[in-house]
Amino acid sequence: MTEEVDTGRRHFLTVATVATGAVGAAFVAYPFLASWKPSARAKAMGAPVEVDIGKLEPGALVKVEWRGKAIFIVHRTPDMLAQLGGVEPKLRDPESAESDQPEFARNQARALKPEYLVLVGVCTHLGCAPLDKFTPGDVTVAADWPGGFFCPCHGSAFDLSGRVFKDVPAPTNLPVPPYRYLSDTRILIGAEAENA
Amino acid sequence: MMASTSQPASGGGGRLGALTAWIDERFPMTALWKSQVAEYYAPKNMNFWYYFGSLALLVLVIQIVTGIFLTMNYKPSAADAFGSVEYIMRDVEWGWLIRYMHSTGASAFFIVVYLHMFRALLYGSYQKPRELLWIFGMLIYFALMAEAFFGYLLPWGNMSYWGAQVIVSLFGAIPVVGDSLMEWIRGDFFISDITLNRFFALHVIALPLVLVFLVIAHLMALHEVGSNNPDGVEIKKVKGPDGIPLDGVAFHPYYTVKDLIGVGVFLILFSLVIFFAPTMGGYFLEHANFEPANPLQTPPHIAPVWYFTPFYAILRAVPSKSMGAALMGLAVLLFVFLPWLDRGKVKSIRYRGPLFKFFLFSFALAFVVLGWLGLQPPTPLFTNLARLFTVVYFAFFLLMPWYSSVDKTKPVPTRVTYHAH
Repeated sequence: MTEEVDTGRRHFLTVATVATGAVGAAFVAYPFLASWKPSARAKAMGAPVEVDIGKLEPGALVKVEWRGKAIFIVHRTPDMLAQLGGVEPKLRDPESAESDQPEFARNQARALKPEYLVLVGVCTHLGCAPLDKFTPGDVTVAADWPGGFFCPCHGSAFDLSGRVFKDVPAPTNLPVPPYRYLSDTRILIGAEAENA
Repeated sequence: MMASTSQPASGGGGRLGALTAWIDERFPMTALWKSQVAEYYAPKNMNFWYYFGSLALLVLVIQIVTGIFLTMNYKPSAADAFGSVEYIMRDVEWGWLIRYMHSTGASAFFIVVYLHMFRALLYGSYQKPRELLWIFGMLIYFALMAEAFFGYLLPWGNMSYWGAQVIVSLFGAIPVVGDSLMEWIRGDFFISDITLNRFFALHVIALPLVLVFLVIAHLMALHEVGSNNPDGVEIKKVKGPDGIPLDGVAFHPYYTVKDLIGVGVFLILFSLVIFFAPTMGGYFLEHANFEPANPLQTPPHIAPVWYFTPFYAILRAVPSKSMGAALMGLAVLLFVFLPWLDRGKVKSIRYRGPLFKFFLFSFALAFVVLGWLGLQPPTPLFTNLARLFTVVYFAFFLLMPWYSSVDKTKPVPTRVTYHAH
């Protein structure tokens, strides 16, 4: 038996202890970090909401709240739908290729049923709430305004499908939330398929 | 060093001396006082620009004391927050004064810190051997930005709400994890009661602790390397026979007295704002924040408080959301790398060449102009101006390795410039 310190053994024990401690610290850190995730109550309150659209007049807009965000539901008239093709040369993302929507809304009408448009009413620029300016030529926007949504904060403009115009600050179209029809007049916002 | 170490800093003999001796045997009170204050030798030529470090410390104390008293009446919940701030303003005795001290203190903190940072740019205070001192300072600045951001949500006014919405949305620009990161920060699918509650915890406990720790580290690093000065000369290089730098004077009483003058002038200006212009025309307290948070209605014009507007202008100047957020982050982060971007052989602006002077002053101009532009609505003219000054802003940092090394500098004296007065 030697009196000298076995440095190899000391080194191994130091590394092993530090490694074990680090793993332990990582495990302890998880509950604290995870406690920042939406709580069960927050998730419950973020649950899908049901909207009755039976009484929504053609050309009218109704705002409902889902997860603290305004959801716009527009009953589009045939005239409004007829405009959608004409504005496409002026749009940044007419095919909704770079925008946020369920797969079923990646088209011109951006809706399950073309007459009912469902949008998240939060500007994709910096989160302001756009205004509905559906009347073509609305002078509060521009003389050649085709009708759509206009954000008063930084001047972003969207067509009647929530598609963003060129040369405005917003990068993408207004998002379409997941939703599905429970019946002809009832929409469930926040859930796309049956699994919600 | 000198032999007479047993003499207490104050009191002399008698009972006070005995008490000092009793403490010193158990805690290094006198030793600390001497090494950090009475026998800490600072350059004798420090000028106006050297007031702002001690003033930043003063504002930190003001913020902590007023903050403690505000928490006694503030309620961190979405239902009660706005009302409790009104309660402090109207019903709590002197509550208005305590709150105005705190809200004015927030802006004062940034004014003082920006001037303190500009001083470091003027005199090369970030250069070797003060790199870590500078990095600790930058960490203080980052913590301060976070502290200000979290605190701004607490009154739960409409600008608080939408300001938080916009800033948290910036994290959404990060690819892949952006959306879940936003959810994790908010603890909800939108800025809610949960978000307010956690921002309160961060604002009153976590970040103040971090700030105080960083300030201690900043001061320890300062006292290790010694203060820089307007000549950028290392005073430790020329010492007298007693080992004291010939160009150094004891921090106490020489700089404690000087700093007290700064404190006096600062408190006069501070009081003028608190009593006569607490909102500073909407710059210190924004008008849109006098109505409660409304998740369905954005204020017509969103602008952060003035101390963030230079970076906000950079964000808006870029036509892409993700690039804008990245450039904004870079604009803040680049300061950290100054000690290594600067290849200059001299520290102080007094001996720098024309190139450095040109870039430094165009940077300062760009910072101020961007700050102003960040408060304006983004018209096409203003957006183009913001783009121009964003380029100027980044040129200061990114071209620094070039212009600081080729610049024609002047010879640096071995002793500081000092005229007795």
